[in-house]
Amino acid sequence: MEKRRILRALICFLGLLLLAGLLFCLSLMSGSSRIAPDTVFVILTGQNPDAAAFRIITDIRLPRTLSALILGGGLSVSGFLLQSFFRNPIAGPFVLGISSGAKLTVALLMIAALQRGFVLHSGMMIAAAFVGAVLCMLTVLLFSGRVRNMAQLVIAGVMIGYICNALTDLAVTFADDANIVNLHNWSKGSFSGADWQDIRAMAVLVFLSLAGAFLLSKPIGAYQLGESYAENMGVNIRVFRLLLILLSSALSACVTAFAGPVSFVGIAVPHLMKGLFGTAKPLILIPAAFLGGGVFCMGCDLIARTLFAPQELSVSTVTAVFGAPVVIFMMLHRAKERSIS
Amino acid sequence: MSDAVLQTNALSAGYSRRVIVDGLTVSVSAGAICTLIGPNGAGKSTVLKTVAAQLPMLSGSVALCGDSLDTLHEKDVARRLSVLLTQKITAERMTCGDVAETGRYPYTGTLGILSAEDKRIVHEAMELVGAAHLYDTDFRQISDGQRQCVMLARAIAQQPKLMLLDEPTSFLDIGHKLHILSLLRRLAKERQIAVIQSLHELDLAQKFSDTVVCVHNGKAERIGTPEEIFSGDYIASLYEIENGTYDPRFGAAEPAAVQGDPEVFVIGGGGAGIPVYRRMHRTGIPFAAGVLHENDVEYPIAKALASVVITEKAFEPVGAKAVENASHVMKRCREVLCCTETFGSMNQGNRMLKSQAEQLGILRPETEDAKKRAAR
Repeated sequence: MEKRRILRALICFLGLLLLAGLLFCLSLMSGSSRIAPDTVFVILTGQNPDAAAFRIITDIRLPRTLSALILGGGLSVSGFLLQSFFRNPIAGPFVLGISSGAKLTVALLMIAALQRGFVLHSGMMIAAAFVGAVLCMLTVLLFSGRVRNMAQLVIAGVMIGYICNALTDLAVTFADDANIVNLHNWSKGSFSGADWQDIRAMAVLVFLSLAGAFLLSKPIGAYQLGESYAENMGVNIRVFRLLLILLSSALSACVTAFAGPVSFVGIAVPHLMKGLFGTAKPLILIPAAFLGGGVFCMGCDLIARTLFAPQELSVSTVTAVFGAPVVIFMMLHRAKERSIS
Repeated sequence: MSDAVLQTNALSAGYSRRVIVDGLTVSVSAGAICTLIGPNGAGKSTVLKTVAAQLPMLSGSVALCGDSLDTLHEKDVARRLSVLLTQKITAERMTCGDVAETGRYPYTGTLGILSAEDKRIVHEAMELVGAAHLYDTDFRQISDGQRQCVMLARAIAQQPKLMLLDEPTSFLDIGHKLHILSLLRRLAKERQIAVIQSLHELDLAQKFSDTVVCVHNGKAERIGTPEEIFSGDYIASLYEIENGTYDPRFGAAEPAAVQGDPEVFVIGGGGAGIPVYRRMHRTGIPFAAGVLHENDVEYPIAKALASVVITEKAFEPVGAKAVENASHVMKRCREVLCCTETFGSMNQGNRMLKSQAEQLGILRPETEDAKKRAAR
């Protein structure tokens, strides 16, 4: 059994890696101008056989694909952390309003930058998003102390999300006309527009948080049995909860700063990975959620920009189409399981 | 008391500033089982949570193997104390083995990967509770009783000095109740583990404890051996039983007797009368029972359920006085049921009663009467 489990995990990781590689190549190849696979490969090795293709790959497609991979992974891990934290399978940065909170502070920062005329860099964006994410997270926590029911918690989160969205819309309405379009695109969620400086910033933040989350695997696993049992196993609950809040906020803030709010990845991907790997052990599931999130977002981004090309969909539209059914299926499945036991 | 695994001293347990149990001083030594009993809401769980360091103590002290709970690191507490709590765990996609393996948490490294030795300890614990065959089964798909066994295996795998269990047998069938408590008894003895638990099953608390602590009115009202606690009327007052009686000798709870003048007289003895008493009580008919020896097996039940019981001293023949009293009551009843066919040498008085009833024409044969009622 133990060997079968390890084998299953290995096979799944291998499959995900292959899929990631495949989607990565497809993303680089396809778009308004199709670039042949061999050209892509040559460009990736650093040569420059075709100036136009080189620019398209290195300036547009590669950053975009990388940000889908990194941010998608981060978002999914953030969802897994929140689900463990609230012991609620449909918790996630989007559902709990954390993405919307981050979006609000980033929008405010953008508008301020436009009006005052200073140049934004990625660090400021991330910081603003982090502040928004933490504020929303704390508000949700305030509610979670009072509500025991998981549906109520989600409703509270969705309402907080609505309030933040309304405030964002209000802010956008009073912003400069010329730049509303830019803000509007971002606020719907998109992996485009990242430059290499952004990629570096997101990679550092996401991989650091990921490493942090991975090191927390042991207490997360203990926490899955419930707070009292975790405490008895020697987990310092206060420190652990604080770390979990900071990590999940940092991850969802980073994603929101660069890609805007992206829906459903945080709920659907961890759930799909639990099914695929047949376990909820954080030691396996944290890397799995990262890889799965990257694959899911690369796939969705590919669809978003190629399905109705040259017209581009927002990535949230696509993630919702694939993610929402997973959530519904999960609810039905859980109801069935409960009726059996 | 330096050999005590658990020693509490004037411990006050409660929430924030509200004291629920005050001035608790108990000590549990290795190999001993200490059971907290007391009515719902008396504070048994509060005491246990405080001892388990899950609630801050309000005053007093708790020492675990001689070290104060305040000064011990979380990890050291975890290596000395394991718990089994009432809350249900929602283990998503975990096998029973996974759940039991979490007991090794305080012994594993940063990433929590189990060594071969850890695995062996978990397997041994699962074997001990008789759940080895469930190792690869999903934790959500087993019965409550099996789940409790797995949680016990988890607590054993933690290799504690003290095991703390909050109502470990509630919601289990009687077979599992006995299984769990017998296991605890064995563990305490063989591995010299100290056990502190709360129980609602008084009869089992009486049989499986070395010390019983009665939590009532915000304090440990009494602490003693089961023999000291389960005697006299104390249990009835501890649980404030008003609608019935509790016989601590047998752990038998009986409902209150049907009040009123007896309508039926039951001549019983040797246990034959018990089903009749139960039926009378169930149908709400006030009845008299007699003549019963005070050492008769059905005496306590008759005492609890009948409105009048006529008795004779233990090992004495049923005397004239008792028969006279009985016939006095019997004459005012509309019918008499005789549950015995034969009368021993000590029981000749009841033979006389029976023939008296026959002459009066109010004797109903027990069996036919039962059939008639059943048919109705």
